[in-house]
Amino acid sequence: MAHFLFFLLAIICIASVLGMIISKDQAYNALFLIVAFVCMGGLFALLEAPFIAAVQIIIYAGAIMILFIFVIMMINLRKGVGPEKKRWTVYFAVVIAFVLIAELVLTVKGTLEPISSAAVEKLGNPTDLGRLLFTKYLYPFEITSILIIAALVGAIVLVKKRDKE
Amino acid sequence: MIPLSYFLILSIILFVLGAIAFFVKRDLITQFMAIEIMFSAANLAILAFAKAATSLDGQIIVFFVITVAAAEAAVGLAIILLIFRQKKTIKSEDIKLMKG
Repeated sequence: MAHFLFFLLAIICIASVLGMIISKDQAYNALFLIVAFVCMGGLFALLEAPFIAAVQIIIYAGAIMILFIFVIMMINLRKGVGPEKKRWTVYFAVVIAFVLIAELVLTVKGTLEPISSAAVEKLGNPTDLGRLLFTKYLYPFEITSILIIAALVGAIVLVKKRDKE
Repeated sequence: MIPLSYFLILSIILFVLGAIAFFVKRDLITQFMAIEIMFSAANLAILAFAKAATSLDGQIIVFFVITVAAAEAAVGLAIILLIFRQKKTIKSEDIKLMKG
């Protein structure tokens, strides 16, 4: 059952990312990406991280993608992106992709032997996660809130229209 | 019980697809989306390792990555909006002010 779910989610995820690469329309790209992120949330849940799965779906598929769709709506290009001029980046992308695959596979190969995992009780229990977040990781947590405030204020200041004097 | 290697391979595939999308696409917004895909692929690898090591700390790292990614998305999209207002384009090849 878990295998079936894994392969279903993986195939949908890869297919929607491929769809994003092929599609020309930015709005469709954003919708494809929402599907990919929801599938990724399902994969996180398969990895015994239910809280992270919920966060992924709420923040990524919800908040961030809504932000993307708002910006696409505000930019509102009538005639799409238009034809591409430079084709060399495509070949460059293929080369980069092969180098990256080789590198990552070489890195990961050492870990491919099955690790003897002891039978664990509920790993991603949100209660334990919350306790860890407010004891061991209290300072990073608080600093993150400052970062978010700074990003929020920065984004507002950047986009605000200045009145012409 | 799904082996760790399956998740790692899926993570590699998604990361490389994100990198390809970043180079193939020509508009800033879609390139930004490609970066988000790479974030998520890395998160998947971290969570897979965290499960293999039976540790909760990996999940905390992923939580922080997602939070910072949200902040980064807000600022990045604001910058894209500014570029569009000033130059009336979001094609990355039209933005070559640095070239002089």
